[in-house]
Amino acid sequence: MPLLNDKIQAEVRQALQNMAGPVKLVMFTQASNALECEMCSETRALVEEIAALSPAGRLTVEVHDFLDDKAATEQYKVDKIPAIAVVGAQDYGIRFYGIPSGYEFSSLMDDIVTVSKAESGLSAATKAAVAKINRPVHIQVYVTPT
Amino acid sequence: MLAHRLAMESEWITADMVEATEFPHLANKYEVYGVPRTVINETIHIEGAVPEQVLVNKMIEVLDP
Repeated sequence: MPLLNDKIQAEVRQALQNMAGPVKLVMFTQASNALECEMCSETRALVEEIAALSPAGRLTVEVHDFLDDKAATEQYKVDKIPAIAVVGAQDYGIRFYGIPSGYEFSSLMDDIVTVSKAESGLSAATKAAVAKINRPVHIQVYVTPT
Repeated sequence: MLAHRLAMESEWITADMVEATEFPHLANKYEVYGVPRTVINETIHIEGAVPEQVLVNKMIEVLDP
């Protein structure tokens, strides 16, 4: 039983046509016989469903176990699950924590296409201001599924 | 999402979108009542949707208070 209905599947397929290059969704979950976190299995099913709708397999999913796969957890600096890193030509530090439903879902779709283009689409003024940053900036945006 | 786009522009910037109801301890920690709520480096909190210019200014502010 797919998570996405026919209408949403068509919209996702349409949106992903705009992908300019490969993107992988690196997902962290708690697998197999361990107590999978409440939304982990559903999040995994969702990202796999989305990836299956991409043209020529341009969007792929890589799944890691948060506890067992310490190397990957450290590499992607993930501290809670379910987690999704949207990775294109490089890992830009883009993360989703929690199941991407509602507003998060459209953000995920938007990010996939943007990352595939390796172009942020921000203004020249913003890019110039950001270029001067030389210390870590960690932004967290808290949302709810509406 | 704007914060994710900013993360693309700098090796120093990382951005998380966090579903608050799944992480209630964090929602409490950052006093998330209305969403979206943006937290920068644990120190600056912004309520509501933030335009590009404002988020950039806040980022710079957090680094040079």
